[in-house]
Amino acid sequence: MNWSDTFLDVLKKNDVRLISYVPDNVLTPLIKGVTADNYFISVNATREDEAMGIVAGAWMGGMKGAVMMQTSGFAVAPNALASLLVPFQIPAILVISERGTLGEFNIGQVAVAKIMRPILDTLSVEHHTLTDEAKLGFIVDSSIKQAVTTQSPVAFILSPLLTGGNPVAHAKLSA
Amino acid sequence: MAELTLFNRTELTMRLVAKLTHEEAVVGGIGNTNFDLFAAGHRPQNFYMLGSMGLAVPIALGVAIAQPERGVIALEGDGSILMSLGCLATIGTVRPRNLTIVIMDNGLYQITGKQVTATGTNTDIVAVARGVGLANSHWVRDHNHFDEMIARRFDEGGPVLLAAKIDDKPGAGQTPRDPALIRNRFMKGLGTGRGGALDG
Repeated sequence: MNWSDTFLDVLKKNDVRLISYVPDNVLTPLIKGVTADNYFISVNATREDEAMGIVAGAWMGGMKGAVMMQTSGFAVAPNALASLLVPFQIPAILVISERGTLGEFNIGQVAVAKIMRPILDTLSVEHHTLTDEAKLGFIVDSSIKQAVTTQSPVAFILSPLLTGGNPVAHAKLSA
Repeated sequence: MAELTLFNRTELTMRLVAKLTHEEAVVGGIGNTNFDLFAAGHRPQNFYMLGSMGLAVPIALGVAIAQPERGVIALEGDGSILMSLGCLATIGTVRPRNLTIVIMDNGLYQITGKQVTATGTNTDIVAVARGVGLANSHWVRDHNHFDEMIARRFDEGGPVLLAAKIDDKPGAGQTPRDPALIRNRFMKGLGTGRGGALDG
């Protein structure tokens, strides 16, 4: 299996059915996999904080969910984290494609790449950077279980070391 | 826009809550909207948002997706929905049949000092909603019209958006500011809480 199939397989094994996302090139295989599989309910949100609201509502209604976003999009969402997911103890699963490092062309991504982890740390949101498909299954599975058990959001940052990075950036940088 | 009755939020919220007989979930947006939901009498299926301005409708959408057999109602103010107009477009795509959105529109950020919002000058929320494909969107004309619009099952026939012009009065109550308690009770009301371990 490739990394995206492995990731979706772990979501399924943990009954994570609702995926709300704002897209990114790096996320394309995940989003394609979600929309092609009737197990998942996918909602294309207009903003990352909106997606967090949808997943929070679904959790309270009894359905686990994940939010997928790119690095710059993460910066839209700290208020939803600080005033909804964290204080209301919602175990939302955040999946962030790591842009802004290891070959980025877009300076807007670079700035958020630097502040993303400090923001998560400041809010005491557990996060793991996924670099290796061999370890992905264990990290994601155990962290989802911990998030649900401890009623806390968790973030997975998808490193270019795992995903190969943004194909559009590679094309621009080597042009 | 035809001549519209100027409602009072507290009174309109009580009128709505009185019609809820099927354990409908109600998500009250930040500030006066959820203060009046609380003032109308706490129900186990009420969720009171504290912070996260603009997310009442997305939260209600999530509940509606997770519990398709339950009617779900989002109560939101004009300032809040203006912050999240995109979520209406999302709902136009998802089209949950069990979701009803009620917008309380006084054209003001009442709670921060009555600054004028865009609905107070140039924005028609019903026209916006229709523009994103929510054809079943209506300005509430008067009390009889409101009663007519809510004399229905909330678990079908949606998505519906109702917008009411309201006065500039503040909310009548004050929600307990305890997120963990609010979430816990809401989930118990929806049958999804950890439930009986501590208090049956």
